[in-house]
Amino acid sequence: MGPQHPSTHGVLRVKLKLDGERVIGSECIIGYLHRGVEKIAENRTYQQFAPYVDRMDYVAAVSSGLGYCEAVEKLLVVEAPPRARVIRTILTELQRIASHLLWLGTHALDIGALTPLFYCFREREEILKIFEKYCGARLTTHAFRIGGLQYEAYDTLEKDVERFCKDFESRIVEYETLLTQNRIWIGRTKGVGILTAADAIAFGVTGPVLRASGVKWDIRKAMPYAAYDQYKFEIPIGTTGDTYDRYLVRMEEMRQSRLICLQAIENIPSGPIMGKVGKVLKPPPGEVYHAIEAPKGEIGYYIVSDGTVQPYRVHIRPPSFINLQAFDRMVRGHLVADVVAIIGTIDIVLGEVDR
Amino acid sequence: MADESKEPKPPHVPTGDKPASSTPPVSTPSGKPADASEPAAPRKPPAPAAPKPPVVLQTPLDNEFVTRFRAKFGAALLQAMEDRKQAILVVERARLMEIALHLRDDEKFDMLSDLTAVDWPKRDKRFEVVLNVYSFAKNERLRVKVLAADAEEVPSVVGVWPTANWQEREVFDMFGIVFSGHPDLKRILLPDEWQGYPLRKDYDILQQDAAWVRENLGIESGQ
Repeated sequence: MGPQHPSTHGVLRVKLKLDGERVIGSECIIGYLHRGVEKIAENRTYQQFAPYVDRMDYVAAVSSGLGYCEAVEKLLVVEAPPRARVIRTILTELQRIASHLLWLGTHALDIGALTPLFYCFREREEILKIFEKYCGARLTTHAFRIGGLQYEAYDTLEKDVERFCKDFESRIVEYETLLTQNRIWIGRTKGVGILTAADAIAFGVTGPVLRASGVKWDIRKAMPYAAYDQYKFEIPIGTTGDTYDRYLVRMEEMRQSRLICLQAIENIPSGPIMGKVGKVLKPPPGEVYHAIEAPKGEIGYYIVSDGTVQPYRVHIRPPSFINLQAFDRMVRGHLVADVVAIIGTIDIVLGEVDR
Repeated sequence: MADESKEPKPPHVPTGDKPASSTPPVSTPSGKPADASEPAAPRKPPAPAAPKPPVVLQTPLDNEFVTRFRAKFGAALLQAMEDRKQAILVVERARLMEIALHLRDDEKFDMLSDLTAVDWPKRDKRFEVVLNVYSFAKNERLRVKVLAADAEEVPSVVGVWPTANWQEREVFDMFGIVFSGHPDLKRILLPDEWQGYPLRKDYDILQQDAAWVRENLGIESGQ
């Protein structure tokens, strides 16, 4: 199956071993989008590399950017000022909603529900408009800078976010009306692609996929970064770890993200938006591993500095790459038609799998 | 940019004896203990501005966990340190499997977050294989490193953390490090027939496998 297949959301090739209609083995062939991002990093300065991380998970560029900026800040031993951290949190949570909406629309489309896609894109468009107003870009935003933000929040940011959040509450109900009790949806997702908690941990799976298997773990709570320690939110978890649970978890996550945004816009601290970083960044020699909770799971940056303006080594731990590894475990014993549902439910972006 | 001209600095050398860079450390977090006994030896005459005390980012690590670990593995623990408050253990390559099992089962580091490598061509053992493990029970991360010279094999930890499968394949793909005991060690991101290991420091950024590009893409490679 693939590499050119609409349900693979990019160029993923899957070799399937079949017994009739049943899958008895699988192998993912990846690398079609490999661009050598980690090699590029070694040949750019710290600031020059920042836009490249947007091109990995290009539907959640704000999250990738946040992880990279915070990792370099840790390496430099500086912190972004409180105002920057709160604005970062707002934009990152909006990005999480946008990423989940894209996932929901395409995942439902793969399974045969055409309508949710249009609704999801309608709301996603509102988020992209906020990004565009903030930094001029919609997808590969490069919204943050090492040390803080380049741009001050525009005048009506709070209002725009508030309006979006107000509308969004009823919009989630609309999606759920279409899907949650839908017999076809339940038939196609319940009991499909079950991943137990033990398997999920063994395969290093993170993000909503791990939580749907019943592990209550979210880096936003476990090791708070940005301004997440200031806000109240719940970590939704599933019970069986099937495709339906992953759907429910992501729906609830969008609600929680909405609540975080509402709390954050209530009180954006004033003050500078850029920390004390020089024009030339020369982190002291050493290394750091920093991970954040991206919409798809743990995105980690392992950066080694040799004291020059260029990183000595940057390694990116992409959630899609690691989560895709559990695909084989999830797909065995299911029908060919379920393969599409299972690829969709892991929520991969091939730009990030291949880097 | 010739990477070889960069002086690769062992990350575990205390910051105290690094050559003083022309720019002072960007920030000095207050409350950090300055290592007064080993001040940086400035090679240039000191700048007129008030010299800042060197920031010590790397410190030896000695806590209960390290004591337990040392008691169990003794000389297999080559170094224990902290860099920017993140714990790092450098361990004997040959005993990696045993150590990995101990970390997973006894110390509850049940998830391998990340496995990668770093190339230091000027060192005796040029490769550092780096494992970032996480413990749900303790909410802690730990970095474990093993050193390997060119053509030395590293024991595979797929048996301990199945997630290492693709990650070790990626390291093999990019660095050419062979993991002994890996169930299916082959390239993962690059084509199977590709020659060369791109993330090695002696592989230039413009370099390609010209023969592969010519044969499979029908174009001359841009190098």
